[in-house]
Amino acid sequence: MSPLNIKKGSTKHSAYNLRSNFSDVQETHTLAVLVANEPGVLARVIGLFSGRGYNIDSLTVAEVDHEGHTSRITIVTTGTPQVIEQIKAQLGRIVPVHEVHDLTVEGASVERELALIKVEGTGDKRVEALRLADIFRAQVVDSTLHSFVFQITGTPEKVDAFVDLMRPLGLVEVARTGVAALSRGA
Amino acid sequence: MVVQALKDQGVDTVFGYPGGAVLPIYDEIFQQNGIRHYLVRHEQAAVHAAEGYARSTGKPGVVLVTSGPGATNAVTGLTDALMDSIPIVVLTGQVPTFMIGSDAFQEADTVGITRPCTKHNWLVKDTDKLSGVLHEAFHVATTGRPGPVLVDIPKDVQFATGTYTEKAKAKVSHYQPQVKGDMETITQLVEALETAERPVFYTGGGVINSGPAASQLLRELVEATGFPITSTLMGLGCYPASGKNWLGMLGMHGLYEANLAMHGCDLMINVGARFDDRITGRLDAFSPKSKKAHIDIDPSSINKVIRVDMPIIGDVGHVLEDILKVWKARGRKVNKEGLQKWWHQIEQWRAVDCLKYKPSEKSIRPQYAIDRLEQLTKGYDRYITTEVGQHQMWAAQYLGFEDPNRWMTSGGLGTMGYGTPASIGVQVAHPDALVINVAGEASWLMNMQEMSTAVQYRLPVKQFIMNNERLGMVRQWQELLHGERYSHSWSEALPDFVKLAEAFGCKGILCKDPDDLDDAIMEMLAYDGPVIFDCLVEKHENCFPMIPSGEPHNKMLLGEAKTKDAIGSKGAVMV
Repeated sequence: MSPLNIKKGSTKHSAYNLRSNFSDVQETHTLAVLVANEPGVLARVIGLFSGRGYNIDSLTVAEVDHEGHTSRITIVTTGTPQVIEQIKAQLGRIVPVHEVHDLTVEGASVERELALIKVEGTGDKRVEALRLADIFRAQVVDSTLHSFVFQITGTPEKVDAFVDLMRPLGLVEVARTGVAALSRGA
Repeated sequence: MVVQALKDQGVDTVFGYPGGAVLPIYDEIFQQNGIRHYLVRHEQAAVHAAEGYARSTGKPGVVLVTSGPGATNAVTGLTDALMDSIPIVVLTGQVPTFMIGSDAFQEADTVGITRPCTKHNWLVKDTDKLSGVLHEAFHVATTGRPGPVLVDIPKDVQFATGTYTEKAKAKVSHYQPQVKGDMETITQLVEALETAERPVFYTGGGVINSGPAASQLLRELVEATGFPITSTLMGLGCYPASGKNWLGMLGMHGLYEANLAMHGCDLMINVGARFDDRITGRLDAFSPKSKKAHIDIDPSSINKVIRVDMPIIGDVGHVLEDILKVWKARGRKVNKEGLQKWWHQIEQWRAVDCLKYKPSEKSIRPQYAIDRLEQLTKGYDRYITTEVGQHQMWAAQYLGFEDPNRWMTSGGLGTMGYGTPASIGVQVAHPDALVINVAGEASWLMNMQEMSTAVQYRLPVKQFIMNNERLGMVRQWQELLHGERYSHSWSEALPDFVKLAEAFGCKGILCKDPDDLDDAIMEMLAYDGPVIFDCLVEKHENCFPMIPSGEPHNKMLLGEAKTKDAIGSKGAVMV
């Protein structure tokens, strides 16, 4: 035995396989990030998520204040509570990021998503699709003799449910915007 | 305009390398006197030199390089500065705006490439906005947690004339990080200070970045409370090594007493450090019994790896001032009885004397080399830079730092090749000081071209190369973790460093006998010019103490020093 007290070559530990005892429950949070509308700001936000290994479930971005050059990025992300806290802190560090809000913990909020859904079919299936669209308050925005394009807005769960129902009825294509969200009240 | 903005920002030194896309700026530099430009031999070295300059002065370092390869060569330096929170402003040339995206000669997507390795970066397409962006760049680099920024300036923007905005009139930046800590948490921490039985200060680079006043306040707090203090690699010098409460560096190659104090404490006060993996070891066994306070200006550092009980977001200087104020106002209380027992325990750990080694009569042991260097340079106005590896750890263990900003090393990124250019940057900032780069021969070869810069500008940097003809740290890990299979960790064709020194036009010194070492070091110190000192050391020396990765602090390896017969009569008096 060497004077090192461990057998040479006996440990497989690397310095990098260290994880602490934080909670490992996965949570989904919706974050609203107000950013200066300057070139590359979206790349910074996305680069942060990919660079540090965070998840993006959905992401929407658009300018919301032309005068103030502000854009709003809504990100739905999943991670342990510690990872979510890190994501918020890391987002806050980005120089053109003005505000970061966790809508999931900052009181009630409304979340909506828009989807365009193309369904192909004839006969009963076509009628059934139209009937279900009515129940879900989806609108027909394009129609041919063999197809519809529905427009539906709602929570991601509602959109999921509608898409699932359309599947056996001739679902062809889905386009979703991702979640936009605002806190309730003033 | 660029030169004017730099002058407005108080810049008098720029490290750079010209090229096609920055010629207009170089033309301006040629026609003025206020800014001194230092021509490096590689763009990576320009950034490291600026890091050395910044870290030894507290001012931002400025780099000017060309587009394409100029910018990509700067990437390592930028990443290094980001990891170690060093304020650097890099200006890169870019192909003209109308050619961007056309795969033009020496075009690279510089802002894209450097986005993850800068704190922030800008591509300026409008000359009128250039001066504003430059002022903002200095603001971002130096405010909050410092870091590198980059401004990419297309050549047509450099040529065009535009409106210049003075620094004083520039738009107030949106970027204003919080500097004052939360008073409620500070009071909570003070309460903990009053009752703690086994407290320890764990300080880091944040103290140094906060400025000399923060180090002063830290010293005052440590002296007044009588608490023990340890520091990370980056924080060495914020508390004097000769101070009575000093435990030495902590971490993977930290001192036994420092690591055991961290493991056994009941109150850990993290001041500007970030619970790096080289510090914590195994996380679930890291300082299990302590309450932890964490002072950091970067909110993302809090609870990143270690959950803390008292997070204080703010500038170290401001927070320490508030802590002192509250603590004094509450009657300067400490748990004297507990502290006495704690120090008694620490003294027992100290008695282990973990840095003990046995000097050899035949060959120079690296610890001995550093030890002699320390003894012989103690009285000097001394700045130390290092490369990365065993020599870096030995330097951190055996050299004593009395003041902040005296120790420049690549901590976070661990960049081999950092030390030589950094020593040049330090020497530029402190022309009369003694600047030594403690190096290993492998690291040193990575940026040795910079000796040419040193010679050109008559910068008397001393390159103290501990030559073991091995990649020592790699070799050590291969010995411990990979069954002594020394895969590619030695050099079979090293240059003759003395002849190399002559070729560069500086002085070379070779030393291989421990008896000659003192004289050789004195010769190096006496020479008025750059020196390459080739110190042939013991080839198979390992760096101890060491916390094997994946182990907690109390599972330290003390190494050969602990084994029988390790200490000869000569060694006993040495350390």
